[in-house]
Amino acid sequence: MPPTNGEGVVSARDRIAHSTIQGIRARLVTVCLGSVALALGAIVLAPLAGSTSISLAHAFDLTRPWASNVDAQIFFVARLPRVLAAALVGSALAASGVVFQALLRNPLATPFTLGISSGAALGAMLVLTIGGAFAATTWAAVPAASFAGALAAVSIVYALAAARHRGFSTSVLLLAGVTLNSFFSALILMLQYFADMASVMQTLRWLLGDLDVASYTPIVVALPMLVVAITAFLVLAPRLNLLSVSIDAAAMRGVDVVRTQRISFLSASLATGAAVSIGGPIGFVGIIVPHLVRLIVGPDHRLALPASLGFGAAFLVACDLVGRTVIAPLELPVGIVTAVIGGPFFLWLLVKHAQ
Amino acid sequence: MLSARNVSFAYPTRRGGDRSRAAVRNVSIDVGQGTFIGVLGPNGSGKSTLLKLLGRLLTPDAGTVTLDGRPLGAWPRQAVARRVAMVPQETHPAFDYTVLDLVLMGRYPHLGALAIEGPSDLAIARDALRATGMSAFESRLFSTLSGGEKQRVVIAGALAQQADVLLLDEPTASLDPGHQLEIAALLVELNRTRALGLLLSTHDLNLAASVCHDLVMLSEGMVIGTGPTGDVLTGANIERLYGIRADVRFHPEAGHLTVVPLRHLS
Repeated sequence: MPPTNGEGVVSARDRIAHSTIQGIRARLVTVCLGSVALALGAIVLAPLAGSTSISLAHAFDLTRPWASNVDAQIFFVARLPRVLAAALVGSALAASGVVFQALLRNPLATPFTLGISSGAALGAMLVLTIGGAFAATTWAAVPAASFAGALAAVSIVYALAAARHRGFSTSVLLLAGVTLNSFFSALILMLQYFADMASVMQTLRWLLGDLDVASYTPIVVALPMLVVAITAFLVLAPRLNLLSVSIDAAAMRGVDVVRTQRISFLSASLATGAAVSIGGPIGFVGIIVPHLVRLIVGPDHRLALPASLGFGAAFLVACDLVGRTVIAPLELPVGIVTAVIGGPFFLWLLVKHAQ
Repeated sequence: MLSARNVSFAYPTRRGGDRSRAAVRNVSIDVGQGTFIGVLGPNGSGKSTLLKLLGRLLTPDAGTVTLDGRPLGAWPRQAVARRVAMVPQETHPAFDYTVLDLVLMGRYPHLGALAIEGPSDLAIARDALRATGMSAFESRLFSTLSGGEKQRVVIAGALAQQADVLLLDEPTASLDPGHQLEIAALLVELNRTRALGLLLSTHDLNLAASVCHDLVMLSEGMVIGTGPTGDVLTGANIERLYGIRADVRFHPEAGHLTVVPLRHLS
């Protein structure tokens, strides 16, 4: 019997830890298959919900000609892009949350609360507002600009943390996040102030976190960035384990600490930038999902990263589903849904963490 | 054999330039199979810096650190890690890892690119837990352990690393006397049975007297005394080191020298 320490959650964790005996390989396979199944299930089922009900069998019926297959048109043209966008953004934000938390050695670090999402949003806004004149290249410039914005914000956070040597304390991180968020928001508001009314409404929706993509284009454009970032995450996973235990201990076990930190910050910024370029700065995914995932599979990053990719995808697809059905025919931007869940969750974690 | 030859190191200052206040100056030390060396010195005397130089966490400004005669910098990082491990004063993982999770992480320098442990790694981790008396705790969360148990787990991780040299940076400083004795006994046993070379920095003169074969005394980064414990642990040396008068005498029941600090000399 694994010992427990009084909390139901911990005893569940202990039971799972006990299965270490079966070896990491078996757990890895289970977690990866589970994550893929969860994400695929959400992606296939979510497009079925909406004002017009459609049938999955009809949508995938290849014997019907495309032009007359209304179910397939609604599924693939009207709804799937949005669901795919939600899945990709959810994966990216959840996994970069895991990476930021390991790097800063603090379970409360997330792209949103650190101000990295708003940095990315500012980058994207700059291109959208100023670069509007060069509309032909905007589609490619937006993800690049959000990556640059995310990177700028990450550099500031990193410099702050590094200046204190040991310090990635919760209070420093939260203060840095609040400061960066207000600073970037002010700059974003300034851009809005000089923009015309029509684009203000459009960008406001996007700034709230909106997955109402009209086509596959933003997804296809951001996809290469996401693939690179996620590959890096999975390769970095064992080193993130060591870094999250102790930076010196990681170095003493042969980890090139500086290089690992740089690659991790770069790839997490890349994923955050790509996610923001699609859906705007959607908050709290990067903290809710990693926490729930750690409760289920434990903190080992080789398991937590793939699990948060799948779970993050399913989570944001579900949140978006709530957003577009709860007050139908009106739609709530998904960022509002995640904030309503995430705000109280974050406060609860703060209290729990302080104890 | 891990050797430092005339190493010096100064931490870079914020405004660049001035490196005159060296943390370690011209220190030489050898840690080989079965040696058990204590590093003594007041706060800021360079003990931790010396350990970091030996563990390649820092690179010396002058002098060389070699492993089997080859400069440490010329070895691949993971190859050094297979030979030299470190036990810090305290370990605070950011997440709730289990004991077995943490000990298995000691296998990292032995694993391939994907860093996935196999059955032999698990067997080595279990053996390390047995050697430190922590077998029964393997599925416990590290955060729920006492200070002494945590240190045993960290030492088990170092054993799982299969290094032949352990650098211990004040490993008992945050433990109560009971746990201090336990860890001391464990270190003596590992030194004897596994022929591990141990280098231990400490402020606990009685711990050093009870376990260390040899001592190195550091003051302002320089070695002011070195040799077998019985020869160098003298009232005169303690006075030079800490500026205190101390009574040093052999304790027949303990079987080693004991030090009672008497008063500060100003």
